[in-house]
Amino acid sequence: MILTNLESVPGREIAEHYGLVHGNTIRAKHIGRDFMAGLKNIFGGELKGYTELLSESRQEAIDRMIQQASAMGANAIINIRFSTSSIAQGAAELYAYGTAVRLV
Amino acid sequence: MVQIGIFIVLLLLGYGFGRWTEYRHYQQLLIRERDSLPLPVTNLKTPPHGNFHKAYLVSGNVVVSVDYFKRILAALRNVFGGRVVSYETLLDRARREAILRMKEQAVQSGADMIYNIRVETASISKTSSRRDSVGAVEILAYGTALVESK
Repeated sequence: MILTNLESVPGREIAEHYGLVHGNTIRAKHIGRDFMAGLKNIFGGELKGYTELLSESRQEAIDRMIQQASAMGANAIINIRFSTSSIAQGAAELYAYGTAVRLV
Repeated sequence: MVQIGIFIVLLLLGYGFGRWTEYRHYQQLLIRERDSLPLPVTNLKTPPHGNFHKAYLVSGNVVVSVDYFKRILAALRNVFGGRVVSYETLLDRARREAILRMKEQAVQSGADMIYNIRVETASISKTSSRRDSVGAVEILAYGTALVESK
């Protein structure tokens, strides 16, 4: 599966468009991580636990999107966009969407 | 009295550690930005003419938190208004860090350039109660890495 956020895949031609595919995941924080984050709130700096958590979750959203695209018979997803929103206290939604296409 | 003591200790800890980590981070950023300078990075949508045999997504993210001292400073700013300089440097650092992580990922996988970069900012874990709220911001940078066929 080729993933790009361009409107085409350079050097390849698009044979067929399958429309929008998307994947989402909602993650809550971990108590242990939250404790460390509380400390970091005093000292400042990067919250490594959160960085990892969000990048893992985003990967999961991408995986779901890929699953959907391969079920349609696509071999690439173009024009991918990400969006993150904090929906409830301590939970964040990660969303990935793009256009599934079949390349020649 | 004890509460004022705790407040002052937290303020000093935040100031000391915050200043120190910021200084160190800026030094580190300058070096890493210089090292990754050869990789062209643009937010143009249309790829250049040329032969590319590989295109894939690269991304970098970072979650940062502001220290206690700066948070108090920002709270004071809320009263008087004006630029919140203490948060400006925080977001500047985070954004540069996220872009650098993306670039480093691209360099490691042998990319020649990155196109269509998007940078996104999301405030995570907003809480209604002001106490024990974890004020953190996530910066995500992503783009398409292209590999030229030689």
